[in-house]
Amino acid sequence: MMSALETHVSELLATKAEARKLSFYYGDFRALKNITMPVHERKVTALIGPSGCGKSTFLRCFNRMHDLYPGNRYEGEIILQPDNANLLARDVDPIEVRMRIGMVFQKPNPFPKSVFENVAYGLRVRGESSRRRIEEKVEQALQDAALWEEVKNRLHQPAYNLSGGQQQRLCIARALATDPELLLFDEPTSALDPIATASIEELMHDLKERVTILIVTHNMQQAARVSDFTAYMYLGDLIEFGITDELFIKPKMKQTEDYITGRFG
Amino acid sequence: MAMTEHASKQYDLDLGSIRSRVLAMGGLVESQIRRAIDALTTGNLVLTQEVIEADHRVNAMEVELDGDCSQLIVRRQPAAGDLRMIFAIMKTVTDLERIGDEAQKIARMAKNIHERGGAQAPPVVEVRHAAEAAISMLRRTLDCFARLDCDGAAEVIRDDAGIDTEFRSILRQLITYMMEDPRTISTALEIVWIAKAIERIGDHAKNMAEYVIYIVKGTDVRHTKVAP
Ligand SMILES: Nc1ncnc2c1ncn2[C@@H]1O[C@H](COP(=O)(O)OP(=O)(O)OP(=O)(O)O)[C@@H](O)[C@H]1O
Ligand SMILES: [Mg+2]
Repeated sequence: MMSALETHVSELLATKAEARKLSFYYGDFRALKNITMPVHERKVTALIGPSGCGKSTFLRCFNRMHDLYPGNRYEGEIILQPDNANLLARDVDPIEVRMRIGMVFQKPNPFPKSVFENVAYGLRVRGESSRRRIEEKVEQALQDAALWEEVKNRLHQPAYNLSGGQQQRLCIARALATDPELLLFDEPTSALDPIATASIEELMHDLKERVTILIVTHNMQQAARVSDFTAYMYLGDLIEFGITDELFIKPKMKQTEDYITGRFG
Repeated sequence: MAMTEHASKQYDLDLGSIRSRVLAMGGLVESQIRRAIDALTTGNLVLTQEVIEADHRVNAMEVELDGDCSQLIVRRQPAAGDLRMIFAIMKTVTDLERIGDEAQKIARMAKNIHERGGAQAPPVVEVRHAAEAAISMLRRTLDCFARLDCDGAAEVIRDDAGIDTEFRSILRQLITYMMEDPRTISTALEIVWIAKAIERIGDHAKNMAEYVIYIVKGTDVRHTKVAP
């Protein structure tokens, strides 16, 4: 049942993507069970839930990361807008999907290249060859990731020389360089200190003017701070999905309440 | 409303201790009103003084509970039912402190009336009656808070209208006295203040009952016409 506010909000919002009866299997193990959930356009949606509940599994479905391993199997659909097409369909090229959907991982994972080349990488892979356009894009992405001022004089130094928080913003810049429509974050700040975390959270806030964000976090306060919508998952099931403020003040399901109030386990 | 235990035992202990001290503060405040009204009817000046002096204990409890609530917020970042509980406790404590002030005010007025030698005092039976109703509202609210009882809280909210009516009837009566015998004016005015204080106590108890509903249901019923 939706509250009046939720009904009102969902009528106003466009949907960027939607999982429909999505199940996922690692071989025989069913890690996601029949999940139906929208991802609203230009909003931040947080996935929370205890370890092993399937948050990362769910996130990875969106960029078809699971395709890299044999034995993995999807059921159901993820409809991507505006195409209104199922991105899990066999005839959809996963590379094509990943061009439109960027991902940032828990630990910053820059390539062993320069700052510049890290960001330029995705552009080159996508066949961009104009040096001028690449330079423009790299600068823009670094600006958007709020990193430009800190690295503009060391673009050609190794990315490993950057601090953890800077490396993470570099990975975000790398993801942004190819103009993704949807950005996936899997615990992007769990390896960062509070200041670096705050700057990434701030960045997410700015980014959502342009991109849709789906983020996994173990930090409930982070979910409450950065997201517009929150989904609570448990053992592969979606237990509750709702407006973040409502979910954290008055969740509908007792299970959600127990989890967010620390009564779990 | 989840009543299961937290994964952290200390969290349960802290929250439990705060809740029981709210009830203790409520008990103290209730006895303050009762003794102030007794002092008014009996003219016991020692009692008025005791009530006036005990107010600092109510204030101290407010300060301590506020501090403990802030600390719990900082340490535990309460969410959902816990958040509503803490939020409601902080507001309840403010209302209790104000009730304490009203009790002290009643004791002051009682002292003035009887020091003047309450000879021409108009009858205070109705005042006593209104006070009993207010005390009952307060007690039932605290009970609802302890048991998280929404139905009981809704009843308290409805009862507040009764006290408001009683206040207006006392007022009319006192005006009649003042017109008939101007010598009663200063005492009558003091009784008006006492009746007003009692009416305010009813309002505070009503507020607290509304917080109970907020804790349990998550709905804010303040400023709504119809009690839930
Ligand atoms: N490659 C895999 N092969 C088989 N099972 C897997 C694989 N990856 C994950 N799982 C299982 O799928 C379930 C969901 O895992 P997932 O990594 O999505 O959880 P999570 O919610 O992200 O947990 P965490 O918060 O610890 O990161 C778990 O039971 C996990 O053991
Ligand atoms: Mg994970």
